[in-house]
Order: sequence, then C-alpha cells, then structure tokens
Amino acid sequence: MNTKFSRLPRSDKAIMVFAYTILGLFMAAIILPVIYIILASFIDPITLQNSGLTFDFSKWTLTAYERVMTNAQIWTGFKNALIYSVLFTIISVTVTLLAAYPMSRQDFKGRGFFNVMFVITMFFGGGLIPTYLLISDLGMLDTIWAILMRCAFSVWNMIIARTYYMGIPKDMQEAAEIDGASEMVYFFKILLPLCMPIIATIAMWQFVGMWNSYFDAMIYLNDAAKQPLQLVLRAILIQSQPEPGMVSDMQSTAARAQLAELLKYATIIISSIPLMILYPFFQKYFDNGIMAGAVKG
Amino acid sequence: MKRAMTQTSEKTGKASRLHNTLIYMRQHWQLYVIFMLPAVLLTIIFRYIPMGGVMIAFTEYNPIRGILGSEWVGFKHFTRFLSSPDFMQYLMNTLKLSIFGLLWSFPAPILLAFLLNRILSSGIKKKIQLVLYMPNFISVIVLCGIVRILLSPTGMVNMLLGTNYNFMTMPEAFRTIYIASGIWQGAGWASIIYTAALSNASKELKEAAVLDGANIIQQIRAVEWPAIKDTVLIQFIMSVGNIMSVGFEKAYALQTDLNLNASEIISTYVYKKGLLDGDYGFSTAVGLFNTVINVVLLVSMNSIVKKLNDGKGV
Repeated sequence: MNTKFSRLPRSDKAIMVFAYTILGLFMAAIILPVIYIILASFIDPITLQNSGLTFDFSKWTLTAYERVMTNAQIWTGFKNALIYSVLFTIISVTVTLLAAYPMSRQDFKGRGFFNVMFVITMFFGGGLIPTYLLISDLGMLDTIWAILMRCAFSVWNMIIARTYYMGIPKDMQEAAEIDGASEMVYFFKILLPLCMPIIATIAMWQFVGMWNSYFDAMIYLNDAAKQPLQLVLRAILIQSQPEPGMVSDMQSTAARAQLAELLKYATIIISSIPLMILYPFFQKYFDNGIMAGAVKG
Repeated sequence: MKRAMTQTSEKTGKASRLHNTLIYMRQHWQLYVIFMLPAVLLTIIFRYIPMGGVMIAFTEYNPIRGILGSEWVGFKHFTRFLSSPDFMQYLMNTLKLSIFGLLWSFPAPILLAFLLNRILSSGIKKKIQLVLYMPNFISVIVLCGIVRILLSPTGMVNMLLGTNYNFMTMPEAFRTIYIASGIWQGAGWASIIYTAALSNASKELKEAAVLDGANIIQQIRAVEWPAIKDTVLIQFIMSVGNIMSVGFEKAYALQTDLNLNASEIISTYVYKKGLLDGDYGFSTAVGLFNTVINVVLLVSMNSIVKKLNDGKGV
C-alpha cells in the first residue's frame, strides 16, 4: 500500500495535504496547551499574572513545585489513589473474568436468565439517592468499600471478556475434558493464559478509570485522610482552595491568590506524570481490547 | 385422549427438563457457586436493591421511618418538578449539551481515523497516535483545571486573542467549552475503534482498487466506508442511548455560579437537591424521570435502526 506521494494523482495530493494539515492542527492543539502549562509552572506568580509567559529566567522559580511536593495532602492523595486503584482493579477483574466464563458457554443452564439480569442494569438503575441510602445502610459510608464494591462488577467488561473467550477454539475445552481436567483447571490453567491481552486491557481500563474518577469519593468519603488524589486536585484546581498551609506564609490576600493560581500549574504537571509515563507501555493493548468489544457491540 | 397424552408428555417433558437442569447444576456446581455468585451478589445488592429504592420518589422520605414508613405522596414530586419553571431549562440544558455534543463529537473520531489511514509510514502513524491518545489519560479534574487556566482572563486563549474575557462565567460559552474540550480529550481515543476497523478492510480489495486507478475518494467510498459502516452504526446507537446520561463529573467541574444558566443539567441538579439539600424524595423523582427518558430513547432508537438496517438491531 506504500504508494509514493509523487506518483499520486493531483486530487489525491490535495487530499493528502489536507489530511496532514488537519492532523497537524489537532496535534498542535494537544501539545501547545501542555507546553504552555509546563512553562508557566516555573514562572514567578506575580510575573505570571501581570505579563504571562516570559523567557527572562530571573523570573523563573521552583517555588510551586517545592510547595506541592512538600504538601502532605498531595502525597496522601497519591497513596490513597494507588491503594484504591490497585484493589479495585484486582477485585473487579477477578469478578468480571469469573462471571464471563459460564456466560461464554453454550451449555450453561440459566445463561439467558443471567444475561437479562445483567443487561437490565446497563440501562436502568436506582439513581443517586437510593444508592447512597443503600451504601449508608450497609455501613459503608466513609469506608474504602463504598469505593471498591459498588462498581466492581462491570457488565460491559464481562461482555468483552465473554466475546474473547468465545473466540478461543472449542477443541481446547474438549481436549481438556477428555484429559479429565475439571472446569477450574481448564479455566485457570488453559483459558486464562490464552486471554492475557484482554485481561491486561480490562485491568488498564479499570485502573485508569478509578485513578481518574472523583464522584464516588466525593459523595461517599468525608474523611480528609481517605481522600484520593482527584479530590485533593479538585480543591486546588476547581475550587481554588489549596490546603491553607500551602499559601499561608504569604502576607497579602492578593499574593496568596497569585500563589494559589501558580500552584495549579505545578499540580497539573505533578499529578499527571504517573499515567503519562505509563500509558505508552499500554499502547499495544489498546487496539485488541477495543476491537474485542466491538465484535458484539 | 390424544390431548391428554400430549399434555402428560408435555408434563413429563417439563419435569425431565427440570430434572436435567438439576443434574447439570449438580455436575457443574462450580460454575454457579464460584464463577457466577460474586457477580450475581454484587448485581443484586448494588443494582437491584437501589432499583427498589426508587419508591422513595413517591414518598416524603424520612430517614428515621424508612421507605415504607414514610408518607406516600404519589406523583407529587414529579408534578412539582415538571411544573417548575426550572424544569424546562434543565431539561433543555441536558438535551442541548448531549445532542450538540453528539453532533460534533461523533464525526470527529471518524474523520481522524480516515486521516490516519492516509498516513503512509506506519512509524509516523504510531507516533501521531501516541500523541492523540494522550489526553484520554488526563483526569476530568485535571482537564477542567487546564480548561479553567487556559480560559482565564489572563490565560493563553485571551493572550492569543488579545482580549480579556472571563469565559468561565459566560453561560453562552459553556457548551462550546464542554464540547470542544471533550473532542480535545476523547476524539483520538475514540478513533481507535474506527482505525482498527479500517485496518481490517480487505487489503486485496484495496490493492485491486488502487491498481484500477481509484483515487482516494473512490477508495473511501468503495472499500473503506463499507468496512466501518457497521461500527459507525453501533457506536451511533450507543451514543444516542446515552444522550440523557451526560457525564456528571465534567459538567460539575466546569460549573461556576455565573454559568449555571447553561451548565445546570439534570444530573447536577439531582446531586444538589438530593445530597446537598437533603430533599431525597424530590431528587429521586428527578433522577427516575431522567432514566425513563433514556430508556425510551434507547428503545425507539433501536427500533428505528432495525427498520433502516433490514431487521438487524443491536
């Protein structure tokens, strides 16, 4: 398919130029704000507010990074987010992979019933208040369980895993049965090792999803010591209310506000670094995971 | 006589089927107890019990007396919401945000996929994709933080325009901000599914088309579009089905006191009325109303597509 550009007909050349231009613009729209924020995060807060970006390096400072890095709440947030995300990924992937197995078997009695039971929950739910009252009645308010258990079973991911299982040749299972392997042995020793790509994909989705969400933590966790990173970020970035200790040494209200503004830039950079470093390593799993989901729709 | 016989054979048929099922369940008990039970329990506890809880919508809910002990008020909350002047505004805000969002955000990844498919070198293509996927890994909070910074009166956008608007306080700017930042974040990621479908397009068919001298437009019409048509359709139905479930997280994080006229949508209203004001019954009623519209939309969308697509639905 590697036709040389110079050999293309003229109308195609125009389309190619158009394609590269649009892609270039889109990439610029992604990269420029990121560069702007990186640069701005080093600039003295007063200069930043009065004249914006500057390349006069005497006006550059690391104060925002120092304050963010030495802030205990950010680190508590990181720690909590990591704990919640890892545990949630383990629980959720386990439950989902297990349930997908019987649902993938044609001979499984009750398949239709369970299918309807699960699919209904994709379209209909009790809503915010009934769920909140349930969590409250279960005594899960302000506990890690409210965050971990409520969404642990994902019907969508179950369908994706099931579709993937069904693509594994039937002979495998028959051979295993003839050899006298039980269902457990077949599932854990034969099926799962063949499904590693889809397991990695689902695990990545669940991890990133939990790491980046804030709604559940906002409504179910009040204790500051239990808050995940995104809630700490919300206070700094959205509510412009960093923890008082981060800005309290400034004399005037104006100086505090300017510093709080600068802290946002450094916070954005620091909080995004872990996933930005990790995600290129996941790239090979993106395509197959998404396609597995598309097969069944 | 004959009828009696068929009846008995039906009965024994049923009985033996039940018998077979029981034997199957005993033989394969692991499938039920180990594989299914965790998922079934989680579904019943966290999905079905709250569904029963929607009864709160018909009561003057009192936490001490519970759902059944609370005063039954029928459709009072619904009529109160539907007849309030805010109702139309919140409903329209929700619908506009999702419908305009769909119109703009839906074609964007398809266009990107077609463009990416034109990149000849697969090395460059991989690098471009890496950049395009990146925003997807930024959290909603950080995204909205970036948006607020860039759009602040002294931010990058105003710097480029040479103005000093405070965009975050302008109701008329809210939807544009919401939708544009959504495309910025999601279009690259959403294009994966179409890129994959395009790469599955028959190579031979495409090579034949090129040999026959088909130009790019003709290649797209004859080979590439047919290859992704079904994917586009499925994605479209699913997006329409989610029209009323506009993300709470982002709308709430982009709200300011001054842009509420455009940014207050049903889900943020449910949250404020319910958890911040403690008006449980009313909040549940509004949420239920939202869910019902969503289900109706989905079912009708599916039947329309069935008609258009020779009886094939989703």
